[in-house]
Amino acid sequence: MATIGHNNLNAKLVLLGDMGAGKSSLVLRFVKGQFLEFQESTIGAAFFSQTLAANDVTVKFEIWDTAGQERYHSLAPMYYRGAAAAIIVYDISNTDSFGRAKKWVQELQKQGNPNMVMALAGNKADLEDRRKVTAEEARVYAEENGLFFMETSAKTALNVNDIFHEIAKKLPRAQPAQNPAGMVLVDRPPEGSRATSCCS
Amino acid sequence: MDEEYDVIVLGTGLKECILSGLLSVDGLKVLHMDRNDYYGGESTSLNLIQLWKRFRVSDKPPAHLGSSRDYNVDMIPKYIMANGALVRVLIHTDVTKYLYFKAVDGSFVYNKGKVHKVPATDMEALKSPLMGIFEKRRTRKFFIFVQDYNESDPKTHEGMDLTSVTTRELIAKYGLDDNTMDFIGHALALHRDDRYLDEPALDTVKRMKLYAESVARFQGGSPYIYPLYGLGELPQAFARLSAVYGGTYMLNKPECKVEFDEEGKVSGVTSEGETAKCKKVVCDPSYLPNKVRKVGKVARAICIMSHPIPNTNDSQSVQVILPQKQLGRRSDMYLFCCSYSHNVAPKGKFIAFVSTEAETDQPEIELKPGLDLLGPVDEIFFDMYDRYEPVNEPSLDNCFISTSYDATTHFESTVVDVLNMYTMITGKILDLNVDLSAASAAEE
Repeated sequence: MATIGHNNLNAKLVLLGDMGAGKSSLVLRFVKGQFLEFQESTIGAAFFSQTLAANDVTVKFEIWDTAGQERYHSLAPMYYRGAAAAIIVYDISNTDSFGRAKKWVQELQKQGNPNMVMALAGNKADLEDRRKVTAEEARVYAEENGLFFMETSAKTALNVNDIFHEIAKKLPRAQPAQNPAGMVLVDRPPEGSRATSCCS
Repeated sequence: MDEEYDVIVLGTGLKECILSGLLSVDGLKVLHMDRNDYYGGESTSLNLIQLWKRFRVSDKPPAHLGSSRDYNVDMIPKYIMANGALVRVLIHTDVTKYLYFKAVDGSFVYNKGKVHKVPATDMEALKSPLMGIFEKRRTRKFFIFVQDYNESDPKTHEGMDLTSVTTRELIAKYGLDDNTMDFIGHALALHRDDRYLDEPALDTVKRMKLYAESVARFQGGSPYIYPLYGLGELPQAFARLSAVYGGTYMLNKPECKVEFDEEGKVSGVTSEGETAKCKKVVCDPSYLPNKVRKVGKVARAICIMSHPIPNTNDSQSVQVILPQKQLGRRSDMYLFCCSYSHNVAPKGKFIAFVSTEAETDQPEIELKPGLDLLGPVDEIFFDMYDRYEPVNEPSLDNCFISTSYDATTHFESTVVDVLNMYTMITGKILDLNVDLSAASAAEE
């Protein structure tokens, strides 16, 4: 849920896409500036937060990774609940992953909130010689379905920060505060860095 | 699926999901399956269409109730003690970060035909219309004793050993009458029957302290908190914890037949012709019906209303306890009401539950004292379900079966079952000594 307070915007962002499309790699590149050639399937960490400034406001993204629950289509409704933005990731060298990205878009249109900002990321753009999905094909699909599109590479960092920036700019500003406000229970004083966020 | 797992968990109810999460965090290889295509099993929350399918054999709820997806109707309605065991588990596992909570507005008790706010502190006792003027002063003195009581400081014990003094004797010392003891025992100490009167008083004193400390925690009108979007969020959040630590999730798996070797030990689970091998199975009673026995029955009514429960200060969320003695029953009756303010219904709608351990086969009649307190309802559903407990010997068959959810209004007994199962499965005791005093709720 995107909520505003003192020019700060908290926004839940969910990642969707096929196993191996590079969802976790994109987040790691964005949050930590890292890339691992042989990234293990997501274990142990699937919740990141990262703050960035976009125009007039500071946006704090709470980024949810799938934790592998996409594998047998067992993502819980809670995953989509209150998401202000989504990045649907496919691998440009894998046609199936593009097909499945379209399925995820349908799922989001069914489960997510109608004002959600959706981005389509054609990842692994560094693998130009193995490309199977043209940028044009993806761009047309994205335009027809109300997404914005970028090709990214977690490996070279191409467009990674840009896609998050673009989402931050597109998040609706005037959205009324989510009603009702809830609180997050924390195991540390509120000034701690993690999990202290809340609706306002 | 053709792999070997340390543990296969069947059913995605809250107990199973907490265990799945804890076991995955411990590094065990966990496969978690459910025959349903949704999370939560018996402890799920239903939208309006799902509710109609389940109780009305129709998928067309009336339009005036609003959008189906604005509803999250708990199938096992309970509140969370703000300082209780479930909060400790949530903080211990850091699952809190997936959830938003709000305090529950009110906690009330039924006494001599009327609904009263439950006094939690010595000051509230002085103001409560539940007692006469002299009884108030006696109760206040008793509350002060309980507030000051510290198990490890004999100076606060007033010369009594609460591990041997019974609750009845302790009450007699303060001269409290039966009426006062009734609401203290049932609405503050949250006992379900009157056995506590002849048991050592320490348990009751601890329960009263938990109640008072939980009320103080969020300065709400009750000791309870409740997640936005309903309790169905809890199993999903623990399932996510399990998945984050490598647990594999499969929903919509029919059958889920537990397989045994010639010694009667678990060897795997079969679904759709494929068998996954495992050393241990954790499940709810419905997956191993031959290893459980019926221990009781819960009767309940689920109501959709357009107003809060009368005489509860217009609370948007509330609990009312009807002690057994007030109704001439053997077990207490509970009202539970939640609304838009916790995102479980559209604006202006309230979901109320009346529930009790069933003593008859006629919930319509049995639940009437509770229903009478609700006022007019838009829709009402009556339901009864059986409760089961395991009868197997887990050390012989490696099957770890949870006990069905009871009619209590909170999760303390739920967590006790989970922690016992965790210890049986792993041989370890989960240390839940989280720093609750440092824990606070960030709220803007």
